[in-house]
Amino acid sequence: MTSLPAAPEYVEAAPEWGRLDPRMIVVRPLNELLGLLPALFALIFLGNAETWRVIVGAAAAGVIILFGLLSWLTTKYRITDTQVELHHGVIVRRRRSIPRDRIRTVDLTAKLGHRLFGLSAVRVGTGQHERKPGEGVVVLDAVTAAEADRLRKVFLQRTSVQAPQGDAGTRLSTLDKRWCRYAPLSLSGLVSIGILVGFLMNLANELNLRFSEVGLIRRVFGWLGRTDWTTLVPVTAGVVVVLSVLASLLGYLLQNHNYNLTRHHDGTVRVRRGLLTTRSVSIEEKRLRGVALHQPLLLRTADGARLTAITTGLNRQGGSNLLVPPAPRTEAERVAADVLAVSTTPTAEPITSHPLRARTRRIVRAVVPTVVFVAVLYGLHVVADWPSWVWLLSLVLLPLSVLVGLDRYRVLGHALTDRYLISRSGTLDRRTVALQRTGIIGWKLTRTLFQRRAHLFTLTAITAAGNGAYPIRDLGDAQGLAVADEAVPDLIRQFLIKP
Amino acid sequence: MPAGDTLVLVSESEWGLRAPANLVSKRAVAHWALQAVVLWVVLLGAQGVVWAVSDSPPRWLGYTAVVSAVVGVAHIVVMPLWRYRVHRWETTADAVFTRSGWVTQEWRLAPISRIQTVDTGRGPLQQLLKLSTVTVTTASARGPVTIEGLDADVAARIVDELSATTQATPGDAT
Repeated sequence: MTSLPAAPEYVEAAPEWGRLDPRMIVVRPLNELLGLLPALFALIFLGNAETWRVIVGAAAAGVIILFGLLSWLTTKYRITDTQVELHHGVIVRRRRSIPRDRIRTVDLTAKLGHRLFGLSAVRVGTGQHERKPGEGVVVLDAVTAAEADRLRKVFLQRTSVQAPQGDAGTRLSTLDKRWCRYAPLSLSGLVSIGILVGFLMNLANELNLRFSEVGLIRRVFGWLGRTDWTTLVPVTAGVVVVLSVLASLLGYLLQNHNYNLTRHHDGTVRVRRGLLTTRSVSIEEKRLRGVALHQPLLLRTADGARLTAITTGLNRQGGSNLLVPPAPRTEAERVAADVLAVSTTPTAEPITSHPLRARTRRIVRAVVPTVVFVAVLYGLHVVADWPSWVWLLSLVLLPLSVLVGLDRYRVLGHALTDRYLISRSGTLDRRTVALQRTGIIGWKLTRTLFQRRAHLFTLTAITAAGNGAYPIRDLGDAQGLAVADEAVPDLIRQFLIKP
Repeated sequence: MPAGDTLVLVSESEWGLRAPANLVSKRAVAHWALQAVVLWVVLLGAQGVVWAVSDSPPRWLGYTAVVSAVVGVAHIVVMPLWRYRVHRWETTADAVFTRSGWVTQEWRLAPISRIQTVDTGRGPLQQLLKLSTVTVTTASARGPVTIEGLDADVAARIVDELSATTQATPGDAT
């Protein structure tokens, strides 16, 4: 007999009820107020200081502070040998408990307010799928950073082989300053400017602010009124582009500052990132079912990519499944291989393309909506007197959509390795998904009328992780059935017609 | 000659995957037809109300009403029969296998070892017709496997069988 393995490090579990850190009485209202800062600022400085504004502002702040106190008073949690229990809720009392052996992920988040006081929110996820939001998840918002780290150890301990104290982990990837060049290649900057402008306009409307009294704004509007549209359009476009580049750079840094991906001895992979809000997501490697490589059109032009994890127990809210932020494709692929512990990433596997009949379908599906769009514009020209250049201009979209269809077919494909089923698709948002074959828990085969005529079908792998379903579109009939049979042995074979 | 060959639309050409063995209950046809009738009565009824209430009903209302009536009748006649030819189910020792749909058809396959729960549900129309829907959920967030239009007794039997085999199969189903 060999000697027994050393007992795992014992981390004491607290069986009695505990409260969240008392500093949360301050932190929760602080975080809420930080979010409302622009509104409060506008309320006080841009408006005329009428009494009701001051009263409304003070009352809102008071309610927020009172709510912070009450929610601290009404929240308690305990960790027993088998369960994590949380009782909370000011108006509606909620009791939630999850079995500890079901815990798959532990996610630590610290917003700006949390960080000022050295606190961290702990979000514990199970592999259970959420029928309604929040099911199967317990959030302790918040405990001290040290306690949060201790809880992470306690929750993920089951699998641990004696973790050395202060385990910093093996580094898989860190942020490189040069990656910032990929930031402007997402539309996030443009979107955030749009949201900001919309928010400000709405606020100005609601509060009846007098923008015209601010000299700068008046001068800008005056200029806008005087200028010819031939200079106006390029200048506006230029300003929007510059602003969106700045906004996306800022966003990239806020989200990915100090990005760090490490592997730990307790069988987890940990992602840490963020400037104001820091996140630290631990993914149990046993629960990792694959990765997805995202290459949206703009990012692809600079050979960049983003990598996300396909795992049970993480939802996609707030990008908690992100493994590598926009970075060089080679880096994303290297990390993919490292995380999956294989020599080359399955996402770079040569792709088998689908029958030529699939190309016709891709083109038809790209062109038909465009034709409808052009027809509607033409209809509006005839019926509603829209200028004719609108629909004439939209004709340009027709050849473009043919090109999109051709490219979609060129990209479309699948591959099968000894451990992964890989599918690639998309032109505007290209993604390559590598899903563990053992993670597939069922198939869905869809055939539309047109697919049946073209002898094609869509094979969807059903899985407990990530999206829950990963489709491979327009496989040839025989080709697709062979893939399904090979990927999960002894499942579909019994229903195949022997040739 | 199979009955469906008289209607070209309804013919289901074979491909590499065979159809599941069992048909659903014949009363499911009535169920689908009733559902379609309810839908089209509501749609036509809404147009009727506009026509009755408005002083000068728009000219196009007549056209849409005629089109709805024609499409509605075709839908009520064709859809249930087509569905009845498509909807099938089968359970084997290690898998649940279903086929559903009409214009777009869907095959679902779930290994018994991955099943988490098996339930039956009965809507008001189904209760009237003594029909049941069996829902088989797995750990996936995307769509459980459902078998609709089963005879209530058959459904109960399937649930019993599946529950028994599921409990006998080890694994945490993820």
